[in-house]
Amino acid sequence: MNLSKKRIGVLSLQGAVREHLHILEDCGAHAVPIKKPCELHKLDALVIPGGESTTIRKLMIKYEFIDAIKQFHKEGMPIYGTCAGLILLAKKIIGGGEPSLDLMNIEVRRNAFGRQRESFEVDLKISGIGGKSFVGVFIRSPWIESVGESVDILSKFEDKIVMAREGGLLVTAFHPELTGDNRIHDYFIKMIKKS
Amino acid sequence: MVKRGTTKVKTGLAEMLKGGVIMDVTDAEQAKIAEDAGAVAVMALERVPADIRAAGGVARMADPVIIEDIMEVVTVPVMAKVRIGHFVEAQILEAIGVDYIDESEVLTPADEANHINKFDFTVPFVCGATNLGEALRRIGEGAAMIRTKGEAGTGNVVEAVRHMRTIMGEIGWLKSLREDELMAAAKKLQSPYELVREVARTGKLPVVDFSAGGIATPADAALMMQLGADGVFVGSGIFKSKNPKERAKAIVEATTHFNNPEVLAKVSKGIGEAMPGLEISEIEKDKLIQFRGW
Repeated sequence: MNLSKKRIGVLSLQGAVREHLHILEDCGAHAVPIKKPCELHKLDALVIPGGESTTIRKLMIKYEFIDAIKQFHKEGMPIYGTCAGLILLAKKIIGGGEPSLDLMNIEVRRNAFGRQRESFEVDLKISGIGGKSFVGVFIRSPWIESVGESVDILSKFEDKIVMAREGGLLVTAFHPELTGDNRIHDYFIKMIKKS
Repeated sequence: MVKRGTTKVKTGLAEMLKGGVIMDVTDAEQAKIAEDAGAVAVMALERVPADIRAAGGVARMADPVIIEDIMEVVTVPVMAKVRIGHFVEAQILEAIGVDYIDESEVLTPADEANHINKFDFTVPFVCGATNLGEALRRIGEGAAMIRTKGEAGTGNVVEAVRHMRTIMGEIGWLKSLREDELMAAAKKLQSPYELVREVARTGKLPVVDFSAGGIATPADAALMMQLGADGVFVGSGIFKSKNPKERAKAIVEATTHFNNPEVLAKVSKGIGEAMPGLEISEIEKDKLIQFRGW
């Protein structure tokens, strides 16, 4: 094992775990699937993947991940949530459901863009990420309705906030792990070095 | 420009369902129980496969009212079944707004030669398969997700195991071939050459592959996951058991922790009696559902 490699966990209760592991390895990190809270030790950062937020939430509660991940955040480790992960990190949920990790100052609307037939791909401009536009894959996706003062808005689509950062917390309503474009994961890995 | 119904968007939803359990439900109350237990999606239908098998006759798409009732009470994706080849039933389900269509052998086929051209739709499709050739033909027609068929409504996992092992074995065989042997392989599998090449190169199906048909216990679900399924469908197994709530939860946990025997032991305890099972060899050959589909 290369000791200089960053160790990044992907919460593996349900959802698009494999794709995140893949893209993180591609970025030069050591990616580890996490199924138990004790496995959070020795990680430099954590990804909460897309999936069904109600399912992941139930399993997080049952397997005592809530306090463990809050503690992980308190210790300064970055967390990146995609889609369901974004919902799980939010402090406020509109459209059904309680907050789960209750960490990020964002108000989120679940399934905001509609059902599956309304799911879409679109080119996004993302601040802090250079080069060509980023293909945003939105699947029954939420949007961020409003953000607290300490939150930076990194991308919008038709006036809806779809990517944001607050300190060590990064969220996207879309799925970079489905595109093979590493740039957002690279950006996330750089957050480790800074924090 | 906003693009809807692309392959990425269609296969992407299936990717999000991985590691999860999709449960058959026949009304809003069951749908709620399934969601509360942690189902990643529900399959809305008029009767579970065990009842369809018992009733005989022609099984068709469910009444849209039932599906809409279910869509109203849950936030997880809602799937619904259409008959093989019945593209008008599919048009109706797309109009209602279901999230995934299952072109399913559990219903009585409407076409004995052709499946639906699934590229015609914005909504994604899942289709059943018993072997790699069948899976690749369905993907060739535009299926965005595959489920191994098993034998629905039996509570007997043996056919699900056979189909998963067959597909995994055939993928292994394709991987072992030289490039110049792949056309002959495509001919043998009766599948599109380009897809055969892709599977030989990547060593996996191009779409998510769930297991279905006969899963009745947490151990069954974990067995299918260990054999390589991306997730499981449970049809009659939950609502034909003595304690659907507890069984549904246990199967969800077993699917997540499929590799952890301690968790499996814990969740298998005290969940009441499973659905009654059927021995496959005692079913008349023409009553077997898995042979529907071409």
